[in-house]
Amino acid sequence: MQNAWLDFKKGKWCDTIDVRDFIQLNYQPYEGDSSFLSGPTEATSKLWHTVCDLKKKELDKGILDVETKVPSSIVSHGPGYIKKKYEKIVGLQTDKPLKRGIMPNGGFRMVESGLEAYGYQVAPELKEIFTKYRKTHNDGVFDVYTDEIRRARKSGIITGLPDAYGRGRIIGDYRRVALYGIDRLIEVKLEEKDSVGIEIMDEKALRLREELSEQIKALMELKVMAASYGYDISAPALTAREAVQWTYFAYLAAIKEQNGAAMSLGRVATFLDIYLEKDLLNGVITEEQAQELIDHFVMKLRIVRFLRTPAYDELFSGDPTWVTEAIGGMGLDGRTLVTRTSMRFLNTVYNLGPAPEPNLTVLWSEKLPQNFKQFATKVSIDTSTIQYENDDLMRPKFGDDYGIACCVSAMAIGKQMQFFGARCNLAKALLYAINGGRDEKSGMQVTPRFEPINSEYLEYDELVNKFEQIQEWLAKAYVNALNAIHFMHDKYCYEKMQMALHDRDVYRTMAGGIAGLSVVTDSLSAVKYAKVKVIRNSEGMAVDFKIEGEYPAFGNNDDRADQLACSLVNSFMKKLRKHSTYRESTQTMSILTITSNVVYGKKTGTTPDGRKAGEPFAPGANPMHGRDVHGAIASMASVAKLPYDDAEDGISYTFSIIPQALGKDKKSRISNMVGILDGYFHDGGHHINVNVLDRKTLLAAMESPEEYPQLTIRVSGYAVNFIRLTREQQLDVINRTFHSRV
Amino acid sequence: MSETKGRIHSFESCGTVDGPGLRFIVFMQGCPLRCLYCHNPDSWDIHAGTEYSVDEVFTEIEKYRSYMEFSGGGVTVSGGEPLLQPEFVTALFKRCRDAGINTALDTSGVILNEKVKRLYQQCDLVLLDFKASNNKLYRKLSGSSLASVLKTAKYLCRTKIPIWVRHVLVPGITAERKQLEVLGRILSRFSNIEVVEILPFHKIGEYKWEELKQRYQLGNVRPPTEESVKEAVSILKSHGLKVR
Repeated sequence: MQNAWLDFKKGKWCDTIDVRDFIQLNYQPYEGDSSFLSGPTEATSKLWHTVCDLKKKELDKGILDVETKVPSSIVSHGPGYIKKKYEKIVGLQTDKPLKRGIMPNGGFRMVESGLEAYGYQVAPELKEIFTKYRKTHNDGVFDVYTDEIRRARKSGIITGLPDAYGRGRIIGDYRRVALYGIDRLIEVKLEEKDSVGIEIMDEKALRLREELSEQIKALMELKVMAASYGYDISAPALTAREAVQWTYFAYLAAIKEQNGAAMSLGRVATFLDIYLEKDLLNGVITEEQAQELIDHFVMKLRIVRFLRTPAYDELFSGDPTWVTEAIGGMGLDGRTLVTRTSMRFLNTVYNLGPAPEPNLTVLWSEKLPQNFKQFATKVSIDTSTIQYENDDLMRPKFGDDYGIACCVSAMAIGKQMQFFGARCNLAKALLYAINGGRDEKSGMQVTPRFEPINSEYLEYDELVNKFEQIQEWLAKAYVNALNAIHFMHDKYCYEKMQMALHDRDVYRTMAGGIAGLSVVTDSLSAVKYAKVKVIRNSEGMAVDFKIEGEYPAFGNNDDRADQLACSLVNSFMKKLRKHSTYRESTQTMSILTITSNVVYGKKTGTTPDGRKAGEPFAPGANPMHGRDVHGAIASMASVAKLPYDDAEDGISYTFSIIPQALGKDKKSRISNMVGILDGYFHDGGHHINVNVLDRKTLLAAMESPEEYPQLTIRVSGYAVNFIRLTREQQLDVINRTFHSRV
Repeated sequence: MSETKGRIHSFESCGTVDGPGLRFIVFMQGCPLRCLYCHNPDSWDIHAGTEYSVDEVFTEIEKYRSYMEFSGGGVTVSGGEPLLQPEFVTALFKRCRDAGINTALDTSGVILNEKVKRLYQQCDLVLLDFKASNNKLYRKLSGSSLASVLKTAKYLCRTKIPIWVRHVLVPGITAERKQLEVLGRILSRFSNIEVVEILPFHKIGEYKWEELKQRYQLGNVRPPTEESVKEAVSILKSHGLKVR
């Protein structure tokens, strides 16, 4: 161990598990430009070529291959290779690339229907085990769900709940394995276990002791898995190659064990940079080889796969895994956390071509080195593969060693986790307020019965009053559902690998979410500033609305509408905070839909803002398309006003612009893009997806998908292969405001 | 001063091609010219649009301060023809400059009187249209004269106000080599011209002509080829101008 750490500056990280301290003492900030970067090596190109061929086959078949017998675990499969002789970084989820594993602990039905959807049959013995002897998370949740929760779920006022599969949104500190080696980590976990339950053996202590035992098991299995590839990871990594490999092994173990909705990588670039720079300095590797290690690592992250059902894909198509890597940002001491390896990660987009994964997330600060700002925006303009999040907003809350779970959820790495809660449909809730709690689609009485609005025109105070009551009911049902889900997930589908790479005591948040923010804002604005006439069917259900006059819409930097949006966010967050949560987790909220804005729209009737039944919502916190008429910056300025303190789980905004509208030439496009990001984040914006694309390109890709295999676009919180979206989602992306006016 | 009202066509919060950096653009209503390639014919009618006070417009502009500051941008008043409302624009620009906001005027430069001169004194930059290099063509294209623009350019040169020249390249009309040579010679005489921007003709505004029931005379003209744009750039460059 002493040997491995010989070249490093010592500190408290040597005595306790503290990766941040190691980074702070040993990393080299980089403020230079991108000219040092290397292109792909021959091995990289050959490997990537093989992967592309496999991906093409996968696209044709739906899935390339899948396991039907053996549930995936850290040691269940492998070793597997793409082409062993070229691979500098090894390790696959199963024994073959792109072959999907199955993880029935989350829910057996999900596995069964996932297999059936692609023409596979689950092995009978597996079915017997999971229906007769072994209970799953999914079974547990449905044992305890109340009728009210079932109704809310069925009507779609609450959707996307992780009650049938892995919840995800947990980030293990995968770097710990490289820095400390497995043996030391096990030693520490044993000490932690010894520290629990000495005085009182209550439920809390018992649970923690059991969890720590599970974590220790996971660490031991991780060692066995690495050994199957010929690596002994009991001691710390010695070289850069080992550091990348150890870190990847840790992540690989997590994705072999859990099919969480989002499986972020965390924040590894600057950590790995310390090893890469050490080896470069000592002449052990060249820049080309340094880039090669990152390229091969990223290639592995691009082929992470889970078995999903078609219903899941309808919500989140394109097979997203959210292997989110947070890049850049500033340290608490004022030094930038940008290193050469931050640039090397972005450079993979040039070396391997654009791709949706890993979900490259640049933590933006006004203080970031100008060179890095320019390089990142150049990558955005060339490839649309990057999302940006406001480091100046998050750092004061999460410190300088946080990562992003999924799309927009910040959490301190190894110290914090969240109970993922998907989202509820506020637009539907508004219709319930009008219709006395009956669902406008099915007619089902979802909430306790109350008097619907009977007047010819909607009256603002009456509507707001009833809407408040519905939200109170919704917040309660929602938190109750989440409590049930996470109690059962901990019990039947505990993330032992990821939690083994956390401190003993973690800070937990319970992350709710809302969809339809701009629909509701505009509806309230229409009622307040124009007149909205209700058209009812023979059963008295409001099925259409007629707007008389004009109203200010969200997305025009007009406070009349924007303040309505802000108070909506604030007031729903307040309601979530009223309810007690499982494991004393702290309630938070996101404004994020990913691609589900299309499905939410489909399931929601006509709304008072003029949106017709079935039409998509805007994604995330975006204004409704076509209503933001003052140009791109007015639109983002409205979004930047939304209070992050009340939506600490993230506020997603997707920005699409044609290259010509960004400036006359490449140089001015880059500097304008930098200006846009600096301005947006300075004014309090939290997240932004940047797409620089021609509408024409997207239309062409719809017509001839085979010619655009790598065309990547960003949609609320993640990136996706455009050609893997459903036709409806493709049209939604195209119809959404392309800011092109000049 | 703040009492002056302006007739405004619209606002654009994300201007990236009308002056340096990110610009908030105020499109004034009303124009004396009838340029054949106009893409905002809906801004011609002096009586249309909405009235705003200087305060109201300035309040809008101020919302975008961060974007302007970080990108080295500012406010651009375009149109229409802003010179038709010189008092309003002067008051607005003065207000902006007092607040440290960069001001640019996008104009045809065909009017020059005392009021307009006072307006120019509040401009950090003038985006000046040079529609053609001879009088006949100038008249045919816009209904105005080359002489009037030259007078403006001279005034701006004398008072040391920087100019960015814009020239719309229309195949068969302004894209001829001879025309461009003459234009280059004329422009090279002005030391305050910082850059010449070639704007390739496009038909994005054609539908607006239809909506206004006006006959669009350039319906058969195609946008210039990339080569002809490159050629125009190199001709103008050969006169010692900075061109893009």
